[in-house]
Amino acid sequence: MAHFSDLKLTYRIYMAAYRYRQFDWRPGAVLAKPLAESRIAIVTTAALHRPDQPTFDESVKGGDWSYRELPLDVDLASLRVAHKSDAFDHTGVETDKNLVLPLDRLRELAAERMIGEPAPRHFSFMGSIPAPGRLVDQTAPEVAAKLRDDGVDAILLTPV
Amino acid sequence: MGLIQSVIERLGIPTVSITVCKELTVKVRPPRALFVDRPFGYPLGAPSDAGLQTSIILAALSLLQRQVGEPLIVDY
Repeated sequence: MAHFSDLKLTYRIYMAAYRYRQFDWRPGAVLAKPLAESRIAIVTTAALHRPDQPTFDESVKGGDWSYRELPLDVDLASLRVAHKSDAFDHTGVETDKNLVLPLDRLRELAAERMIGEPAPRHFSFMGSIPAPGRLVDQTAPEVAAKLRDDGVDAILLTPV
Repeated sequence: MGLIQSVIERLGIPTVSITVCKELTVKVRPPRALFVDRPFGYPLGAPSDAGLQTSIILAALSLLQRQVGEPLIVDY
């Protein structure tokens, strides 16, 4: 299991100061149709981006609140991980991007009719945004609207 | 990630997250999460292990039809 105590001291101090901002809590919306008919999208906070997209900027004070759009046919092996953080072992995701963005797995599940289909677009953010105002007010709602426009039925979110 | 999940849920789209750190997720209180007992950086288990990755994905997606009055945090 991953524990706070596994993290380096600087990151633990950061996490201790992190405020867990809360909306009024509510239960999750329920998937109204069978999984086998559902369009699924991935949203990851692994800070993945295509080589031709700008990288995330870890020097932004309060955290880089931007996101990158990743089409279903993106070349997974070409994706880059912008997180420079030593809070996690990068080896796994550098070996296989499906570890955080499992587009190959979604395609297989669709072929086996376990899900309906992967969505046409998937989305990547940075994780650990200590000042998430613009994330909550601007970029996350933008992504949510794109997911709705794409007719996505359910979202799987993955961290690193 | 919990904040993004909450924003998406506001539009009525069901979500489930994967977590490797239950201590953190208990504080974040997402609507649904699957806890995978792996290190940071390995949310879908292991690289190049399609069987394990698929099994974790299906376990997470199976939570989408469940709705309870508190954060649903299930062990893989």
